[in-house]
Amino acid sequence: MSWFQKIIRPKIQRRETRKTVPEGLWSKCPACDEVLYSADLDNNAHVCPKCGYHHRIGARRRLDTFLDEAGRSEIGQTVAPVDTLKFKDSRKYADRMTEAAKATNEKDALVVMEGTVHGVPVVVAAFEFRYMGGSMGSVVGERFVRGVDAAIKGKKAFVCFSASGGARMQEGLLSLMQMAKTSAALTQLSARRQPFISVLTDPTMGGVSASFAMLGDVIVGEPNALIGFAGPRVIEQTVRQTLPEGFQRSEFLVEHGAVDRIIDRREMRRELALLIAQLQRRKSPVLE
Amino acid sequence: MKTTYLDFEQPIAELEAKIESLTEMTESGVDVSGEVTQLRKKSAALSKSIYSKLNAWQISQVARHPQRPYTLDIIAALFTEFEELHGDRAYADDPAIVGGMARFEGAPVMVIGHQKGRDTKERQYRNFGMPRPEGYRKALRLMRLAEKFQVPVLTFIDTPGAYPGIDAEERGQSEAIARNLYVMAELKTPIICTVVGEGGSGGALAIGVGDVVQMLQYATYSVISPEGCASILWKDAGKASMAAEALSITAAKLKPLGLVDQVVPEPLGGAHRDLDMAMENLRQSLRGALSLVGESSLPQLLNRRYERLMSYGKFKESRRA
Repeated sequence: MSWFQKIIRPKIQRRETRKTVPEGLWSKCPACDEVLYSADLDNNAHVCPKCGYHHRIGARRRLDTFLDEAGRSEIGQTVAPVDTLKFKDSRKYADRMTEAAKATNEKDALVVMEGTVHGVPVVVAAFEFRYMGGSMGSVVGERFVRGVDAAIKGKKAFVCFSASGGARMQEGLLSLMQMAKTSAALTQLSARRQPFISVLTDPTMGGVSASFAMLGDVIVGEPNALIGFAGPRVIEQTVRQTLPEGFQRSEFLVEHGAVDRIIDRREMRRELALLIAQLQRRKSPVLE
Repeated sequence: MKTTYLDFEQPIAELEAKIESLTEMTESGVDVSGEVTQLRKKSAALSKSIYSKLNAWQISQVARHPQRPYTLDIIAALFTEFEELHGDRAYADDPAIVGGMARFEGAPVMVIGHQKGRDTKERQYRNFGMPRPEGYRKALRLMRLAEKFQVPVLTFIDTPGAYPGIDAEERGQSEAIARNLYVMAELKTPIICTVVGEGGSGGALAIGVGDVVQMLQYATYSVISPEGCASILWKDAGKASMAAEALSITAAKLKPLGLVDQVVPEPLGGAHRDLDMAMENLRQSLRGALSLVGESSLPQLLNRRYERLMSYGKFKESRRA
């Protein structure tokens, strides 16, 4: 306070503390550097309104943006992980699980729900990437299979949104075998002529990419998602070349014939509802 | 051929070198046969003691031993009339996977396996046993052929993993592996898989789904290489031996988990130390596996294969969500 203010107190008092901006109210788009109001981003399915960059999105949020509000129910939530191998690296698997559960409020990296999309009945699985990099261990495999079984029982289409680094190392070969388990389950869905739509989101790598994710009747990519078998760093170290621009991105996979098409997340509900209805020879869904 | 010794076998190597030089002396007229016999006994005892307590990392060294029998050696030893078939009919032939019709104890079978090379040139040609998509698609084509003509498929697994290259990604490495998993789950003919060396992740599993899965005693089967795991989780590839232990990659660890049906015993020091014995053991286990799958009807077999795949995994079921 200056000497002048000490004599004559200002009529308009300045508030002592500045009103702080609540954390997470604003976020910066990593693609275009635009500062975005978080609520706007959230309302836009976590796609940057400025440049269309698809931010990563959690499993529950994903299901929430995709499914109709009414008539949802979760499948396989009672299945929980165990540390069969008593795996320990620099840290224990058990500790990593506890931490991941705390950070995500999930018990493992896959959430499965039954519901409808524009009235078309579906079973939808979505990966939670923040749970140990969306890695596939026994629980992910089991929940996936239960989802497929529920789809079979309800004569519904099965949709999976992948976001995973691959198989979970901490469960050793049990994780590898989830690739065989999930792929095998799809043979049953297929035998009954029920569609499996695989949506590849950023990132879909390793054991997830090399099993059910590439077995969709229709395979869809989100814009600019990293999709591949081996990670870019591993490839670079092996071949000792710099990788071409856009390598292993959705657009690259479409170009090479590995993915049917790219769909913007904001169009996902509409496009998949129409497509599934066509594949199941249902009448056109009413798009609200 | 001179035996190549691994690091942990150096004490055996030293004894063997001594035996050799003494044997040479005997040939030049000096009789030291008594000592030679003594040393031979000592060497065998030493091998036995070293091999009775191998750790996972040492076992993976044996699995990768440069003299380990590869698929073509196994074919030469156990099969007759091998008619090799090439190519995926779409892009190329991949020398990292070999396959074709052959006879096992007189009966026609389809044989498919990874193939590594012995010398630098051949290793390069075989791409160190790391297949590209066309390799998996060749394998798939041959499996379909076996299904059509109703002959069993025998696969031999020995790969560091599927090739992580730019071209492999461009041609759909993921899809090629995934497709094989899918088709093998429902292929209408018996499939018997044997991990004979390195079972490297998805690249191994892509020819590893079947009715009987067996492993040679010193083979390994893993979700990721110990080096790869160490560099990710320990941030230090030098911790590979710790990773090997943690990952449970040996036959002895995997059988109790129900992931492997049978362990095929190997001679002391590994299959390469006594190829005849190793191949005889393998022959017997394959004979057993074939007669086992022969007992069931095809629907029974497929049903059991499916149930077995569904049983993979360990988790708990809580009452509350």
